[in-house]
Amino acid sequence: MSLRVYAIAYLIFLYLPIFLLPLFAFNDSTIIAFPLDSLTFRWFYELWETPALHAAVQNSIFIAVLTAIFSTLLGICAARAAAKYEFPLKRPIMGLIMVPLVLPEIIVGVSLLVVVVQLLEWQLSTWTVVGAHVLICTPFSIAILNGAFQNMDTSLEEAAQDLGETPFSTFRLVTLPLVMPGIISSLLISFTISLDEFIIAFFLTGADPTMPVYIWGLLRFPQKLPAVMALGTILVLLSIILLTIAEYYRRRGLARAGLKDKGGFL
Amino acid sequence: MSGPIISLSGVQKYYGDYHALRDIELDIAEGEFFSLLGPSGCGKTTLLRTIAGFEDASDGALMLSGRDMKGVPPNKRPTNMVFQSYAIFPHLNVAENVAFGLRKHGLSAAQKDAKVAEALAMVGLEGYGGRAAHALSGGQRQRVALARALVLQPKVLLLDEPLSALDKKMREQMQGELRRLQRQVGITFILVTHDQEEALIMSDRIAVMFEGRIAQVAAPQTLYRRPETSQVADFIGVMNFMPATAQMAGESVETEIAGLGKASLAPDQCPGGVATGAVHVGIRPEMISLVFEGEEVKAATAKTTVVEQYYYGDMTYYDVALEGVEKPITLSMKNIVGRPVLERGAPARIAWDPRALVLFSA
Repeated sequence: MSLRVYAIAYLIFLYLPIFLLPLFAFNDSTIIAFPLDSLTFRWFYELWETPALHAAVQNSIFIAVLTAIFSTLLGICAARAAAKYEFPLKRPIMGLIMVPLVLPEIIVGVSLLVVVVQLLEWQLSTWTVVGAHVLICTPFSIAILNGAFQNMDTSLEEAAQDLGETPFSTFRLVTLPLVMPGIISSLLISFTISLDEFIIAFFLTGADPTMPVYIWGLLRFPQKLPAVMALGTILVLLSIILLTIAEYYRRRGLARAGLKDKGGFL
Repeated sequence: MSGPIISLSGVQKYYGDYHALRDIELDIAEGEFFSLLGPSGCGKTTLLRTIAGFEDASDGALMLSGRDMKGVPPNKRPTNMVFQSYAIFPHLNVAENVAFGLRKHGLSAAQKDAKVAEALAMVGLEGYGGRAAHALSGGQRQRVALARALVLQPKVLLLDEPLSALDKKMREQMQGELRRLQRQVGITFILVTHDQEEALIMSDRIAVMFEGRIAQVAAPQTLYRRPETSQVADFIGVMNFMPATAQMAGESVETEIAGLGKASLAPDQCPGGVATGAVHVGIRPEMISLVFEGEEVKAATAKTTVVEQYYYGDMTYYDVALEGVEKPITLSMKNIVGRPVLERGAPARIAWDPRALVLFSA
């Protein structure tokens, strides 16, 4: 009984703030406070009417797509190497690759800023954000893809070679289809991470802000706050959809390989 | 028959300091059902994988139908393998699995379909082409793996413990089917197994391996009746070993066997070579029998006591103590009508044919 109370309290603690987002997004008042006023869609309409926001969203999606592709490619290489080959210092190397997962983002952001501006003397731009996001997303990609590659029976690849395929066509015909659910899952998750990453983007973004950076800018204007709530509502929905798709593919991958589910995101 | 299809000479395999294959000398004839038999870790799978091309021999030569296989990758070798895990591609259905190796053969879709159907029929899976890989039972997966390999008509089919994952009934059925299939297609089969019974039932010849070395290569009957070393004799079936002293007497060997007395052994009863002095003499349980009241025996006999009795239904195994021998010897009797089953502690007379004795040095 007490466990049930705990579980419910836990869920409320987790989701109440998120639940408040749509509440105020549809509330016809510029002040974010109870009691609620009447229902309105005008904040969503206001979003529609803000070109600067559209530019920020476009910028963010551009960054997120590139980040997803690059980090997944790097993740495929690393996960494949870890699953298939033995090499000296394998464990320390794999460990070091995963470190950005636990480094405070603010530290990563500041040090990348120093590297980019002071050492490399590059201009801050969309590309510096892409580079930084690849850095923080690659560990996630590796974590996801490691599972996919390691769950694969190595005799499947041997069988393909035995049946006449070269190592390359084996990868294309057998390995890739079998890890594809992992790849899709990795693409979606790194896309999501990049899309709402704020701290690093804040440090490294150039003249074109990303969406989170743009939202941060809006917070200086209280009358814009309900519009931010509306945007937040859309983002939460989008994130849930993307994560659900990612989880669906992860599970389908397990089912295909005939394996039992051992954890995951959802 | 022209030359061996597989010829290994002086093959060595090292994994770092570990010597996995030692001085492998082996010729396998075309159309033979050949088994590599040994306990786990004896190198039999390594040898099979070396033939398939998944492992490179550290030294020595491997010839496959007259061609040196050094540096030839698995996809360029005229061998196909049935993996222990079957390695059925989970993202393809049965027909696509079987057709996998035909991709580069330049066949039309219709020709391909015909070949796949033929291969599936051969392994008794007609109409299973559309089935998903994960919807197959263990025995069916094995048949798909067989069809997938045989459809390519390899010169040699390699089977890595293909039956070990099946239950007993299924295994026995597949043993018969594999044998029949091999006769039907006439392809050389090389089977890796740790199950001595399986090797005896299925093979034309068997190589017994221990610790990376081939101990003996022989036909099943020879291997069973005339094992060259006590290690081989012990691994295949049950063998009673008794200490003995031996000396030459012309062509034959005169032995004085503890508990059994004197016996004269012909040269063919010393498959590992004639030895004198302190030796061991072995005999299989079924070559010794109990003598019941009123039975007449021409063979040698001895008085014993039943120490232990194991009733198997069709057979009864007895451990009997011989006078002056510490270790009891095992014998087996068929349970035919009217033959009693002796209880523990009962006195018993045993008889054996000296022609069944085998001499082992030391």
